[in-house]
Amino acid sequence: MISFFHYAIEILPDMLSGAWVTIQLAVVCITVGILFGMVLGVARVYSSKYIYWIVTGYVEFLRGTPCLLQLFFIYYGLGDMGLLLKPVIAAGIALGINTSVYQAEYFRGAIQSIKPGQMTAARAMGLSKWKAIRYVILPQALRLVIPSSSNEIIYMFKYTSVAFAVGVPELLAQAEINGAMNFRYFESYLLAAIIYIIMVFTVAKIMAIIEKKVYVPGLQLMQ
Amino acid sequence: MEIIRILISELPQFAKGTLVALEVLAGLLFLGLVLGLAIALAEIFGNTVVKFFATTVRKFLWAIPQLVLLFLVFYLPFDLNPVLAAIIALGLCSSAFQSQIFRGAILSVQSGQIEAAKAMGLSKPKIIFYIVIPQMIRLSIGPWTNEFSSELKDTSLAYVVGVVEIMRQAKYIIAYTFGNTAAVYLFVGVLYFILTRIGTYFFYRLEERLWVPGFEKRS
Repeated sequence: MISFFHYAIEILPDMLSGAWVTIQLAVVCITVGILFGMVLGVARVYSSKYIYWIVTGYVEFLRGTPCLLQLFFIYYGLGDMGLLLKPVIAAGIALGINTSVYQAEYFRGAIQSIKPGQMTAARAMGLSKWKAIRYVILPQALRLVIPSSSNEIIYMFKYTSVAFAVGVPELLAQAEINGAMNFRYFESYLLAAIIYIIMVFTVAKIMAIIEKKVYVPGLQLMQ
Repeated sequence: MEIIRILISELPQFAKGTLVALEVLAGLLFLGLVLGLAIALAEIFGNTVVKFFATTVRKFLWAIPQLVLLFLVFYLPFDLNPVLAAIIALGLCSSAFQSQIFRGAILSVQSGQIEAAKAMGLSKPKIIFYIVIPQMIRLSIGPWTNEFSSELKDTSLAYVVGVVEIMRQAKYIIAYTFGNTAAVYLFVGVLYFILTRIGTYFFYRLEERLWVPGFEKRS
Protein backbone atom coordinates (compact mmCIF):
# COMPACT_ATOMS: atom_id res chain seq x y z
CA MET A 1 0.00 0.00 0.00
CA ILE A 2 2.71 2.46 1.05
CA SER A 3 4.83 1.45 -1.93
CA PHE A 4 1.84 2.08 -4.21
CA PHE A 5 1.56 5.64 -2.90
CA HIS A 6 5.27 6.28 -3.38
CA TYR A 7 5.08 4.90 -6.88
CA ALA A 8 1.90 6.83 -7.64
CA ILE A 9 3.48 10.12 -6.59
CA GLU A 10 6.56 9.30 -8.64
CA ILE A 11 4.64 8.75 -11.89
CA LEU A 12 1.91 11.31 -11.21
CA PRO A 13 3.42 14.08 -13.42
CA ASP A 14 3.50 11.75 -16.44
CA MET A 15 -0.02 10.56 -15.77
CA LEU A 16 -1.35 14.09 -15.40
CA SER A 17 0.21 15.10 -18.70
CA GLY A 18 -1.55 12.07 -20.19
CA ALA A 19 -4.80 13.12 -18.56
CA TRP A 20 -4.42 16.57 -20.12
CA VAL A 21 -4.06 14.97 -23.58
CA THR A 22 -7.16 12.89 -22.84
CA ILE A 23 -9.11 16.02 -21.92
CA GLN A 24 -8.02 17.88 -25.06
CA LEU A 25 -8.84 14.91 -27.27
CA ALA A 26 -12.23 14.51 -25.60
CA VAL A 27 -13.10 18.19 -25.99
CA VAL A 28 -12.25 18.12 -29.72
CA CYS A 29 -14.12 14.86 -30.37
CA ILE A 30 -17.19 15.86 -28.41
CA THR A 31 -17.41 19.26 -30.11
CA VAL A 32 -16.99 17.71 -33.55
CA GLY A 33 -19.48 15.00 -32.57
CA ILE A 34 -22.19 17.42 -31.46
CA LEU A 35 -21.82 19.69 -34.51
CA PHE A 36 -21.79 16.88 -37.07
CA GLY A 37 -24.40 14.97 -35.11
CA MET A 38 -26.74 17.94 -35.26
CA VAL A 39 -26.26 18.30 -39.02
CA LEU A 40 -26.78 14.57 -39.60
CA GLY A 41 -29.78 14.50 -37.29
CA VAL A 42 -31.44 17.41 -39.12
CA ALA A 43 -30.60 15.78 -42.46
CA ARG A 44 -32.28 12.54 -41.41
CA VAL A 45 -35.53 14.31 -40.65
CA TYR A 46 -35.81 17.19 -43.11
CA SER A 47 -33.84 16.33 -46.23
CA SER A 48 -34.89 15.02 -49.62
CA LYS A 49 -35.21 11.31 -50.26
CA TYR A 50 -31.74 10.74 -51.73
CA ILE A 51 -29.88 12.64 -49.03
CA TYR A 52 -31.98 10.82 -46.44
CA TRP A 53 -30.89 7.43 -47.75
CA ILE A 54 -27.23 8.42 -47.98
CA VAL A 55 -27.22 9.84 -44.45
CA THR A 56 -29.16 6.88 -43.03
CA GLY A 57 -26.80 4.39 -44.68
CA TYR A 58 -23.78 6.27 -43.36
CA VAL A 59 -25.13 6.50 -39.82
CA GLU A 60 -26.33 2.91 -39.68
CA PHE A 61 -23.11 1.49 -41.07
CA LEU A 62 -20.91 3.44 -38.67
CA ARG A 63 -23.16 2.53 -35.76
CA GLY A 64 -22.68 -1.13 -36.64
CA THR A 65 -18.88 -1.09 -36.60
CA PRO A 66 -16.51 -0.81 -33.63
CA CYS A 67 -14.74 2.43 -32.80
CA LEU A 68 -11.37 0.68 -32.72
CA LEU A 69 -11.92 -0.51 -36.28
CA GLN A 70 -12.77 3.00 -37.48
CA LEU A 71 -9.63 4.28 -35.81
CA PHE A 72 -7.48 1.59 -37.46
CA PHE A 73 -9.11 2.24 -40.81
CA ILE A 74 -8.30 5.94 -40.64
CA TYR A 75 -4.81 5.57 -39.20
CA TYR A 76 -3.48 2.40 -40.85
CA GLY A 77 -5.87 2.09 -43.80
CA LEU A 78 -5.60 5.64 -45.06
CA GLY A 79 -1.91 5.64 -44.11
CA ASP A 80 -1.43 2.64 -46.37
CA MET A 81 -3.09 4.49 -49.23
CA GLY A 82 -0.73 7.43 -48.80
CA LEU A 83 -2.66 9.71 -46.46
CA LEU A 84 -0.44 9.61 -43.38
CA LEU A 85 -2.04 11.34 -40.41
CA LYS A 86 -0.48 12.08 -37.07
CA PRO A 87 -1.86 9.67 -34.44
CA VAL A 88 -3.58 12.39 -32.46
CA ILE A 89 -5.28 13.77 -35.59
CA ALA A 90 -6.37 10.31 -36.75
CA ALA A 91 -7.77 9.65 -33.27
CA GLY A 92 -9.58 12.98 -33.25
CA ILE A 93 -11.17 12.30 -36.62
CA ALA A 94 -12.11 8.67 -35.86
CA LEU A 95 -13.56 9.32 -32.43
CA GLY A 96 -15.30 12.47 -33.66
CA ILE A 97 -16.93 10.55 -36.51
CA ASN A 98 -17.85 7.72 -34.18
CA THR A 99 -19.54 9.91 -31.59
CA SER A 100 -21.23 12.08 -34.23
CA VAL A 101 -23.32 9.20 -35.55
CA TYR A 102 -24.59 8.41 -32.06
CA GLN A 103 -25.31 12.08 -31.43
CA ALA A 104 -27.15 12.11 -34.77
CA GLU A 105 -29.53 9.46 -33.49
CA TYR A 106 -30.24 11.44 -30.33
CA PHE A 107 -30.80 14.62 -32.32
CA ARG A 108 -33.12 12.79 -34.68
CA GLY A 109 -35.12 11.49 -31.72
CA ALA A 110 -35.35 14.95 -30.17
CA ILE A 111 -36.33 16.64 -33.44
CA GLN A 112 -38.97 14.02 -34.16
CA SER A 113 -40.48 14.39 -30.71
CA ILE A 114 -41.30 18.05 -31.39
CA LYS A 115 -44.89 18.27 -32.47
CA PRO A 116 -45.34 18.70 -36.25
CA GLY A 117 -47.69 21.61 -35.54
CA GLN A 118 -44.63 23.71 -34.66
CA MET A 119 -43.23 23.34 -38.15
CA THR A 120 -46.61 23.97 -39.75
CA ALA A 121 -47.13 27.10 -37.66
CA ALA A 122 -43.64 28.39 -38.49
CA ARG A 123 -44.22 27.85 -42.20
CA ALA A 124 -47.62 29.56 -41.94
CA MET A 125 -45.88 32.57 -40.39
CA GLY A 126 -43.85 32.83 -43.60
CA LEU A 127 -40.54 31.40 -42.34
CA SER A 128 -38.57 29.41 -44.88
CA LYS A 129 -37.91 25.76 -44.07
CA TRP A 130 -34.34 26.36 -42.96
CA LYS A 131 -35.31 29.39 -40.90
CA ALA A 132 -38.04 27.37 -39.23
CA ILE A 133 -35.50 24.66 -38.37
CA ARG A 134 -32.97 27.21 -37.16
CA TYR A 135 -35.29 29.39 -35.05
CA VAL A 136 -38.19 27.13 -34.06
CA ILE A 137 -37.22 23.46 -34.15
CA LEU A 138 -33.56 23.43 -33.09
CA PRO A 139 -33.88 25.63 -29.97
CA GLN A 140 -36.47 23.21 -28.64
CA ALA A 141 -34.67 20.09 -29.82
CA LEU A 142 -31.38 21.18 -28.23
CA ARG A 143 -33.03 21.32 -24.84
CA LEU A 144 -34.60 17.90 -25.28
CA VAL A 145 -31.42 16.26 -26.49
CA ILE A 146 -29.29 17.18 -23.49
CA PRO A 147 -29.97 14.17 -21.22
CA SER A 148 -29.25 11.54 -23.86
CA SER A 149 -26.49 13.60 -25.42
CA SER A 150 -24.72 13.98 -22.10
CA ASN A 151 -24.69 10.20 -21.70
CA GLU A 152 -22.91 9.97 -25.03
CA ILE A 153 -20.48 12.70 -23.98
CA ILE A 154 -19.53 10.77 -20.85
CA TYR A 155 -19.27 7.55 -22.83
CA MET A 156 -17.00 9.24 -25.36
CA PHE A 157 -14.84 10.69 -22.64
CA LYS A 158 -14.11 7.15 -21.46
CA TYR A 159 -13.75 5.90 -24.99
CA THR A 160 -10.89 8.28 -25.83
CA SER A 161 -8.75 5.58 -24.19
CA VAL A 162 -8.81 3.58 -27.45
CA ALA A 163 -6.57 6.29 -28.93
CA PHE A 164 -3.68 4.63 -27.12
CA ALA A 165 -3.86 1.82 -29.70
CA VAL A 166 -2.38 4.10 -32.36
CA GLY A 167 0.13 5.69 -30.00
CA VAL A 168 -1.50 8.89 -28.80
CA PRO A 169 0.26 9.73 -25.50
CA GLU A 170 -2.94 9.97 -23.47
CA LEU A 171 -3.62 8.65 -19.98
CA LEU A 172 -3.79 4.95 -20.80
CA ALA A 173 -0.67 5.13 -22.97
CA GLN A 174 1.20 6.88 -20.14
CA ALA A 175 0.10 4.12 -17.78
CA GLU A 176 1.44 1.53 -20.19
CA ILE A 177 4.75 3.34 -20.71
CA ASN A 178 5.30 3.85 -16.98
CA GLY A 179 4.23 0.29 -16.26
CA ALA A 180 6.74 -1.04 -18.77
CA MET A 181 9.57 1.19 -17.52
CA ASN A 182 9.16 0.25 -13.87
CA PHE A 183 7.68 -3.18 -14.51
CA ARG A 184 4.73 -2.28 -12.32
CA TYR A 185 1.83 -2.66 -14.73
CA PHE A 186 -0.98 -3.27 -12.27
CA GLU A 187 -0.20 -0.26 -10.11
CA SER A 188 0.12 2.02 -13.14
CA TYR A 189 -3.25 0.96 -14.49
CA LEU A 190 -4.75 1.30 -11.02
CA LEU A 191 -3.62 4.92 -10.87
CA ALA A 192 -4.99 5.46 -14.40
CA ALA A 193 -8.32 4.02 -13.29
CA ILE A 194 -8.43 6.35 -10.28
CA ILE A 195 -7.69 9.40 -12.45
CA TYR A 196 -10.32 8.31 -15.00
CA ILE A 197 -12.90 7.85 -12.25
CA ILE A 198 -12.23 11.34 -10.88
CA MET A 199 -12.45 12.87 -14.36
CA VAL A 200 -15.60 10.97 -15.35
CA PHE A 201 -17.37 11.88 -12.10
CA THR A 202 -16.43 15.52 -12.69
CA VAL A 203 -17.76 15.45 -16.25
CA ALA A 204 -20.96 13.75 -15.05
CA LYS A 205 -21.38 16.44 -12.38
CA ILE A 206 -20.92 19.22 -14.96
CA MET A 207 -23.46 17.61 -17.27
CA ALA A 208 -25.94 17.26 -14.40
CA ILE A 209 -25.54 20.96 -13.59
CA ILE A 210 -26.13 21.91 -17.24
CA GLU A 211 -29.17 19.65 -17.38
CA LYS A 212 -30.59 21.33 -14.29
CA LYS A 213 -29.86 24.83 -15.63
CA VAL A 214 -31.73 24.38 -18.91
CA TYR A 215 -34.56 22.30 -17.46
CA VAL A 216 -38.03 23.60 -18.29
CA PRO A 217 -40.84 21.89 -16.38
CA GLY A 218 -43.21 20.05 -18.67
CA LEU A 219 -40.83 19.99 -21.61
CA GLN A 220 -39.39 16.49 -21.75
CA LEU A 221 -38.66 13.88 -24.33
CA MET A 222 -41.83 11.88 -24.93
CA GLN A 223 -41.29 8.19 -24.36
CA MET B 1 -9.39 -8.36 -58.46
CA GLU B 2 -6.50 -9.47 -56.32
CA ILE B 3 -7.97 -8.26 -53.05
CA ILE B 4 -11.25 -10.15 -53.40
CA ARG B 5 -9.33 -13.36 -54.02
CA ILE B 6 -7.26 -12.74 -50.89
CA LEU B 7 -10.35 -12.01 -48.78
CA ILE B 8 -12.09 -15.16 -50.00
CA SER B 9 -9.06 -17.32 -49.30
CA GLU B 10 -8.83 -15.82 -45.79
CA LEU B 11 -12.48 -16.42 -44.92
CA PRO B 12 -11.67 -19.37 -42.61
CA GLN B 13 -9.42 -17.07 -40.57
CA PHE B 14 -12.20 -14.52 -40.25
CA ALA B 15 -14.61 -17.28 -39.27
CA LYS B 16 -12.22 -18.39 -36.52
CA GLY B 17 -11.92 -14.81 -35.29
CA THR B 18 -15.69 -14.41 -35.34
CA LEU B 19 -16.12 -17.53 -33.23
CA VAL B 20 -13.67 -16.22 -30.64
CA ALA B 21 -15.44 -12.83 -30.64
CA LEU B 22 -18.79 -14.55 -30.12
CA GLU B 23 -17.32 -16.64 -27.32
CA VAL B 24 -16.10 -13.49 -25.56
CA LEU B 25 -19.46 -11.84 -26.23
CA ALA B 26 -21.45 -14.73 -24.78
CA GLY B 27 -19.23 -14.86 -21.70
CA LEU B 28 -19.31 -11.16 -21.00
CA LEU B 29 -23.04 -10.81 -21.58
CA PHE B 30 -23.72 -13.68 -19.22
CA LEU B 31 -21.44 -12.26 -16.52
CA GLY B 32 -22.94 -8.81 -17.03
CA LEU B 33 -26.44 -10.24 -16.86
CA VAL B 34 -25.89 -12.05 -13.57
CA LEU B 35 -23.98 -9.21 -11.91
CA GLY B 36 -26.24 -6.53 -13.38
CA LEU B 37 -29.36 -8.30 -12.14
CA ALA B 38 -27.78 -8.73 -8.70
CA ILE B 39 -26.87 -5.02 -8.54
CA ALA B 40 -30.32 -3.95 -9.70
CA LEU B 41 -32.11 -6.19 -7.20
CA ALA B 42 -29.79 -5.04 -4.40
CA GLU B 43 -30.42 -1.41 -5.27
CA ILE B 44 -34.19 -1.79 -5.22
CA PHE B 45 -34.91 -4.45 -2.60
CA GLY B 46 -31.83 -4.29 -0.39
CA ASN B 47 -31.51 -2.55 2.96
CA THR B 48 -29.59 0.72 3.33
CA VAL B 49 -26.15 -0.85 3.60
CA VAL B 50 -26.65 -3.22 0.66
CA LYS B 51 -28.13 -0.41 -1.40
CA PHE B 52 -25.20 1.90 -0.71
CA PHE B 53 -22.70 -0.84 -1.52
CA ALA B 54 -24.44 -1.78 -4.78
CA THR B 55 -24.71 1.83 -5.93
CA THR B 56 -21.04 2.47 -5.21
CA VAL B 57 -19.96 -0.62 -7.13
CA ARG B 58 -22.16 0.32 -10.08
CA LYS B 59 -20.88 3.90 -10.18
CA PHE B 60 -17.24 2.87 -10.12
CA LEU B 61 -17.71 0.20 -12.78
CA TRP B 62 -19.57 2.75 -14.89
CA ALA B 63 -16.79 5.33 -14.62
CA ILE B 64 -13.82 3.11 -15.57
CA PRO B 65 -13.12 2.87 -19.31
CA GLN B 66 -13.34 -0.71 -20.60
CA LEU B 67 -9.72 -0.66 -21.76
CA VAL B 68 -8.38 0.37 -18.37
CA LEU B 69 -10.34 -2.36 -16.61
CA LEU B 70 -9.20 -4.81 -19.26
CA PHE B 71 -5.55 -4.06 -18.53
CA LEU B 72 -6.15 -4.06 -14.77
CA VAL B 73 -7.64 -7.55 -14.93
CA PHE B 74 -5.03 -8.74 -17.39
CA TYR B 75 -2.16 -7.62 -15.17
CA LEU B 76 -3.59 -9.02 -11.94
CA PRO B 77 -0.86 -10.69 -9.90
CA PHE B 78 -1.98 -14.16 -11.02
CA ASP B 79 -2.02 -15.50 -14.56
CA LEU B 80 -5.26 -15.25 -16.47
CA ASN B 81 -5.62 -16.26 -20.06
CA PRO B 82 -6.49 -13.29 -22.32
CA VAL B 83 -9.95 -14.58 -23.26
CA LEU B 84 -10.91 -14.98 -19.60
CA ALA B 85 -9.48 -11.57 -18.72
CA ALA B 86 -11.48 -9.97 -21.54
CA ILE B 87 -14.68 -11.72 -20.43
CA ILE B 88 -14.24 -10.63 -16.81
CA ALA B 89 -13.29 -7.02 -17.56
CA LEU B 90 -15.86 -6.34 -20.26
CA GLY B 91 -18.47 -8.27 -18.28
CA LEU B 92 -17.88 -6.07 -15.23
CA CYS B 93 -18.27 -2.93 -17.35
CA SER B 94 -21.36 -4.35 -18.98
CA SER B 95 -22.92 -5.19 -15.60
CA ALA B 96 -23.04 -1.49 -14.69
CA PHE B 97 -25.03 -0.76 -17.85
CA GLN B 98 -27.21 -3.85 -17.60
CA SER B 99 -28.07 -3.07 -13.99
CA GLN B 100 -29.46 0.28 -15.15
CA ILE B 101 -31.59 -1.49 -17.75
CA PHE B 102 -32.93 -3.99 -15.21
CA ARG B 103 -33.48 -1.28 -12.63
CA GLY B 104 -35.67 0.68 -15.03
CA ALA B 105 -37.55 -2.46 -16.02
CA ILE B 106 -38.13 -3.57 -12.42
CA LEU B 107 -39.37 -0.13 -11.41
CA SER B 108 -41.86 -0.13 -14.26
CA VAL B 109 -43.43 -3.42 -13.18
CA GLN B 110 -46.75 -2.19 -11.87
CA SER B 111 -46.66 -1.78 -8.09
CA GLY B 112 -50.09 -3.40 -7.75
CA GLN B 113 -48.49 -6.66 -8.83
CA ILE B 114 -46.11 -6.65 -5.88
CA GLU B 115 -48.85 -5.59 -3.44
CA ALA B 116 -51.10 -8.36 -4.70
CA ALA B 117 -48.29 -10.89 -4.32
CA LYS B 118 -47.66 -9.69 -0.77
CA ALA B 119 -51.36 -10.00 -0.03
CA MET B 120 -51.23 -13.58 -1.29
CA GLY B 121 -48.60 -14.25 1.35
CA LEU B 122 -45.58 -14.74 -0.91
CA SER B 123 -42.19 -14.18 0.67
CA LYS B 124 -39.84 -11.53 -0.71
CA PRO B 125 -37.57 -13.91 -2.69
CA LYS B 126 -40.66 -15.58 -4.13
CA ILE B 127 -42.11 -12.22 -5.17
CA ILE B 128 -38.83 -11.36 -6.89
CA PHE B 129 -38.47 -14.66 -8.73
CA TYR B 130 -42.07 -15.45 -9.60
CA ILE B 131 -43.63 -11.99 -10.04
CA VAL B 132 -41.01 -9.34 -10.74
CA ILE B 133 -38.40 -11.10 -12.87
CA PRO B 134 -40.76 -12.75 -15.41
CA GLN B 135 -42.38 -9.39 -16.15
CA MET B 136 -39.11 -7.50 -16.04
CA ILE B 137 -37.52 -9.71 -18.70
CA ARG B 138 -40.10 -8.65 -21.28
CA LEU B 139 -39.61 -4.99 -20.55
CA SER B 140 -35.84 -5.15 -20.66
CA ILE B 141 -35.36 -6.94 -23.99
CA GLY B 142 -35.60 -3.69 -25.97
CA PRO B 143 -32.87 -1.75 -24.15
CA TRP B 144 -30.91 -4.95 -23.72
CA THR B 145 -30.66 -5.23 -27.51
CA ASN B 146 -28.76 -1.93 -27.55
CA GLU B 147 -26.40 -3.24 -24.90
CA PHE B 148 -25.93 -6.41 -26.93
CA SER B 149 -24.93 -4.54 -30.07
CA SER B 150 -22.61 -2.18 -28.22
CA GLU B 151 -20.92 -5.09 -26.45
CA LEU B 152 -20.58 -6.97 -29.74
CA LYS B 153 -18.57 -4.03 -31.01
CA ASP B 154 -16.65 -3.76 -27.75
CA THR B 155 -15.36 -7.32 -28.09
CA SER B 156 -12.92 -5.71 -30.53
CA LEU B 157 -11.23 -4.14 -27.47
CA ALA B 158 -10.06 -7.60 -26.44
CA TYR B 159 -7.59 -7.16 -29.29
CA VAL B 160 -5.30 -5.12 -27.03
CA VAL B 161 -4.62 -7.99 -24.61
CA GLY B 162 -3.93 -10.39 -27.45
CA VAL B 163 -7.19 -12.25 -27.88
CA VAL B 164 -7.19 -13.56 -31.44
CA GLU B 165 -10.59 -12.15 -32.40
CA ILE B 166 -11.65 -10.48 -35.63
CA MET B 167 -9.40 -7.41 -35.36
CA ARG B 168 -6.34 -9.51 -34.51
CA GLN B 169 -7.04 -11.88 -37.41
CA ALA B 170 -7.36 -8.84 -39.69
CA LYS B 171 -4.00 -7.60 -38.45
CA TYR B 172 -2.38 -10.99 -39.17
CA ILE B 173 -3.92 -11.10 -42.63
CA ILE B 174 -2.69 -7.60 -43.40
CA ALA B 175 0.77 -8.54 -42.17
CA TYR B 176 1.20 -11.63 -44.34
CA THR B 177 -0.53 -10.39 -47.47
CA PHE B 178 1.49 -7.16 -47.45
CA GLY B 179 -0.75 -4.16 -47.49
CA ASN B 180 -4.42 -4.04 -48.51
CA THR B 181 -4.96 -2.48 -45.11
CA ALA B 182 -7.95 -0.33 -46.02
CA ALA B 183 -9.71 -3.12 -47.93
CA VAL B 184 -9.29 -5.66 -45.14
CA TYR B 185 -10.55 -3.23 -42.50
CA LEU B 186 -13.49 -2.31 -44.72
CA PHE B 187 -14.33 -6.00 -45.00
CA VAL B 188 -14.09 -6.35 -41.20
CA GLY B 189 -16.45 -3.38 -40.91
CA VAL B 190 -19.00 -5.11 -43.12
CA LEU B 191 -18.57 -8.29 -41.07
CA TYR B 192 -19.29 -6.47 -37.79
CA PHE B 193 -22.20 -4.66 -39.38
CA ILE B 194 -23.77 -7.94 -40.52
CA LEU B 195 -23.21 -9.56 -37.12
CA THR B 196 -24.83 -6.61 -35.33
CA ARG B 197 -27.78 -6.66 -37.69
CA ILE B 198 -28.36 -10.41 -37.32
CA GLY B 199 -28.19 -10.13 -33.55
CA THR B 200 -30.56 -7.20 -33.25
CA TYR B 201 -33.00 -8.79 -35.71
CA PHE B 202 -33.10 -11.89 -33.52
CA PHE B 203 -33.81 -9.85 -30.38
CA TYR B 204 -36.54 -7.82 -32.11
CA ARG B 205 -38.23 -11.06 -33.06
CA LEU B 206 -37.89 -12.32 -29.47
CA GLU B 207 -39.38 -9.11 -28.11
CA GLU B 208 -42.29 -9.38 -30.53
CA ARG B 209 -42.89 -12.97 -29.59
CA LEU B 210 -42.86 -12.35 -25.83
CA TRP B 211 -44.99 -9.24 -26.10
CA VAL B 212 -48.17 -9.29 -24.03
CA PRO B 213 -50.73 -6.60 -24.88
CA GLY B 214 -51.37 -4.27 -21.95
CA PHE B 215 -48.00 -4.88 -20.30
CA GLU B 216 -45.97 -2.27 -22.16
CA LYS B 217 -43.54 -0.05 -20.33
CA ARG B 218 -45.40 2.85 -18.86
CA SER B 219 -43.84 6.23 -19.51
